Amino acid sequence: MALPSPVRHPHTAKAFLDPLARRKPLARRNFQRLVASGLVTGVVKGQASFRVMDILRVKDLQIAFTVHGLARDVVKGVSLRVPAGKTVALVGESGSGKSVISQAIMGLLPRSGAITGGEILFRDPAAPETAVDIAGLPAEGPGIRALRGGRIGMIFQEPMSSLSPVHTIGNQIEEALLLHRPMSRKQAREQIEAMLKRVGFKDPPRAFGAYPFELSGGLRQRAMLAMALICRPALLIADEPTTALDVTIQAQVLDLMRDLQAEMGMAILLITHDLGVVANMADEVVVIFHGEIMERGTAEDVFRRPRHPYLKALLKASPHFDMQEGERLVALREAKPRPKAEIRARPEPAAQDAPLLRVRGLSKTYVTGSRSFFGKGTLNAVKAVDDVSFDICRGECLGLVGESGCGKTTVSKIIMRAVSADSGEVIFDDGRGRTDLLALRGEALRAFRPRVQMIFQDPVSSLSPRMTVKNILREPLIIHERGESAAQNERVKQLMQDVGLDIRFLNRYPHSFSGGQRQRIGIARALALDPELIICDEPVSALDVSVQAQILNLLKDLQAERGLTFLFISHNLAVVNYMADRIAVMANGRIVEIAPRHRIFAAPVHPYTKALLRSVPFADLDRKLDFKLTAPGGASDERHWDAAFRHGEDGGGLSHLPLGSGHYVLARADADVKELVS
Amino acid sequence: MLLRYILKRILIMIPTLIVTSALIFTVINLPDGDYFETLAAEMQAQGEKADMSRIEFLKKEYGFDRPPVERYVRWVAGLLHGDMGYSFEYQRPVREIVGDRLMLTMLVSFATIVFTWIVAFPIGIYSATHQYSWGDYGLTFIGLIGLAIPHFLLALVFMYFANVWFGTSIGGLVDPAYLNQPMSWAKLVSVLEHLWIPVIIIGAGGTAGMIRALRANLLEELQKQYYVTARAKGLPPGKALRKYPLRMSLNFFISDIGDILPSIVSGAEVVAIVLSLQTTGPLLIRALQSQDMYLAGSFLMFLSFLTVIGVLISDIALAILDPRIRLQGTATK
Repeated sequence: MALPSPVRHPHTAKAFLDPLARRKPLARRNFQRLVASGLVTGVVKGQASFRVMDILRVKDLQIAFTVHGLARDVVKGVSLRVPAGKTVALVGESGSGKSVISQAIMGLLPRSGAITGGEILFRDPAAPETAVDIAGLPAEGPGIRALRGGRIGMIFQEPMSSLSPVHTIGNQIEEALLLHRPMSRKQAREQIEAMLKRVGFKDPPRAFGAYPFELSGGLRQRAMLAMALICRPALLIADEPTTALDVTIQAQVLDLMRDLQAEMGMAILLITHDLGVVANMADEVVVIFHGEIMERGTAEDVFRRPRHPYLKALLKASPHFDMQEGERLVALREAKPRPKAEIRARPEPAAQDAPLLRVRGLSKTYVTGSRSFFGKGTLNAVKAVDDVSFDICRGECLGLVGESGCGKTTVSKIIMRAVSADSGEVIFDDGRGRTDLLALRGEALRAFRPRVQMIFQDPVSSLSPRMTVKNILREPLIIHERGESAAQNERVKQLMQDVGLDIRFLNRYPHSFSGGQRQRIGIARALALDPELIICDEPVSALDVSVQAQILNLLKDLQAERGLTFLFISHNLAVVNYMADRIAVMANGRIVEIAPRHRIFAAPVHPYTKALLRSVPFADLDRKLDFKLTAPGGASDERHWDAAFRHGEDGGGLSHLPLGSGHYVLARADADVKELVS
Repeated sequence: MLLRYILKRILIMIPTLIVTSALIFTVINLPDGDYFETLAAEMQAQGEKADMSRIEFLKKEYGFDRPPVERYVRWVAGLLHGDMGYSFEYQRPVREIVGDRLMLTMLVSFATIVFTWIVAFPIGIYSATHQYSWGDYGLTFIGLIGLAIPHFLLALVFMYFANVWFGTSIGGLVDPAYLNQPMSWAKLVSVLEHLWIPVIIIGAGGTAGMIRALRANLLEELQKQYYVTARAKGLPPGKALRKYPLRMSLNFFISDIGDILPSIVSGAEVVAIVLSLQTTGPLLIRALQSQDMYLAGSFLMFLSFLTVIGVLISDIALAILDPRIRLQGTATK
């Protein structure tokens, strides 16, 4: 194993070990270094306005993690700069070291990590003559703590877990403010409420006293922004700030970040894996791969003239809306070619024209809230699924798109019979006989289960860590008593080959596989019983772009080779666009629009579909998002829809109006179709 | 909101206590016969002639010829008036026998809980914040020993060494001279002199367990994103630790009050016998053996009441501490 890398910067390393050893000469050397690095030159005597100064310069930064006594280099000599008032995007896949760099800048590396070389120079625009080497500051000393929160703010991916659940929003922001700007509580409260109003809270005094769990995801991230910016920092580090949010909310939060940046003049270091977000936000782009910088330049340079093969490959691996019919994604690292999956013998259906799955009038209401001892209390009925109907034809892939909480997963769970529906019917018709799925009981249900299988989102938690791959794949065969032991083993090997995994891996446990390989195991498990319908619930949202392309291609190939039928659920429109033949868009528990794939993208009719499509960021500088067009309350807020798409006060119900060629939209029955389309 | 929550909790105590009392009554009545039959059998075994007519009279006098349901209702009605019944064995009201001992039991339990917290809290925090350091390993080792050694053995060891080193007997909770004396300053001093030994012994296991749990809990909380956020604001480590992860791990600490009471009380019985403490433990065991049902039943009822109160206190404290419980009725992590 690699030893800690040889120290190339003796003074920095020494300082890390013994921060007191270099206190005295620091200022002088810093100054010399600044002059030498050209960092200071631009501000000599009023020339600052001509040249943008860098408020952050990372030079040859090296970070190593020690795990079980073995040191491993995670960041290998990274250099980057953040000019004042600009946005720099640090782009990379998981494990590339991008988050570690942000932690190092904040002095928040985990205990097992340490800076082994290089420097992080931070120059405060408020005091431009001195630069601080953050890498040389004593850990948890007053120097770094004054920077954190005071001059450098940070927001994170998960707005729920980033806020303390037991303190009010106001309390948490106030703490940050009073720490760096001592003032009276009354003044603080005024400033905080003004900031809360600025980030989009309609009722700031109420938001001040609210707890994080009382807010939606988007509002929580706004509260995080308010907290990070309350001291008006010079630099905001945003670590995947919108990855956990829905696209329309993402567009709003990004928009807010841009506005605040323009107002406060701060710089943003945006850490993300999403090239679409980068194209819309960044002035400069830094691409990192395995702890090394692959490409760096202005957004123009990087997107128009990508030089490095890694970046070119990354751009090709992400699905986008302009893909031609039959165009394939090019995976970053092309998976090993695998033999074509054998076609499993299946009795020919008697009638071809009936859809494989017919869902009609599916409804499910959840009741939430606390029930008091006497059965009273505040009960909220939430219509998770509201009169949902659709068909899936044999060999088709139906995409089901919607934002979190729209009910798409509940629909899949009802079809899987993991959740019971309040009303409606699900008819499974294999051409030889019709089965009412929701009426199946006991043994009949058990016997039916192999015919509908599921691929899950999280390849880590959906595989038992205590079973070998062989046992995982054999288990369904054993449960449903398919063949003798020898035949089962043969089948398991065949499955491994089908999904492109080496049969020598059979005796390994899931933890020894990468995320993409684990998802392949999940796919093999779903295929084991030769299902006729496979429900894919966000199968690639937990995967990196490069791996995502491999898995999507695999699913496409398997579908073509074995004539599989998919219900493909995702929040990612580009992914659904790549996979699906027809797409159903869900909002607030209802299907608001359903149409063949190209119709949805070329001629969307429903305001929700339009808003959704408008909010997807493209990795293309010529098609930036029009941030101001997105609805303020989120796209699923019915109040912003045209009257023709809303329940009227006069009780005018909604129904699915046909627009021709399989295109239906949910609107008032008396609405004029021509007007809707226009 | 909070008041409603507390009221709800108190209302829930009522059915809990009714069910508990019914259970206690049933269990005590489960063995064949009753106190009087046991008495007669014992007397006959010792060759004495049992006065059967007197036993019949006593049975009638105490209502033992009535159906069990009626006896249960009478017993519960008595409890509600503070009448804990009459001990057959001691020929005195239960109240008189128990009086002093109940106070001492509560004192020992309370002191043990306080001891457990005072010791476990700082050690748990130290272990979690200095994970895998020598201090952590050392304290963990000592804690595991405390967890592994049974109470009675620890009691015997303490007694032995106290005798060898100090030449004193540490048995009892109070100097025998004060045993049936009214409370006085001198008696209180004597109680405190004797108290620390049983408290350490009874508390050892609980303390070790609590250190382990607090350490695990705090380690988990230290990984949480909101702690990183707190530090990213520029909070000093100590302050960030106190305000966020520690506050969260308090949840567990408090919800443990309800659990810790019964375990201390049951752990205390055995120790009380070994150390011949004048608490309720030995009395309860004797009462159960001789089927002195009012004595045993009232005792158990009192202990259950203590436990239910403990749970109530911890629930209320949790609701005050955690807005999710107060406002949503559930705590989700």
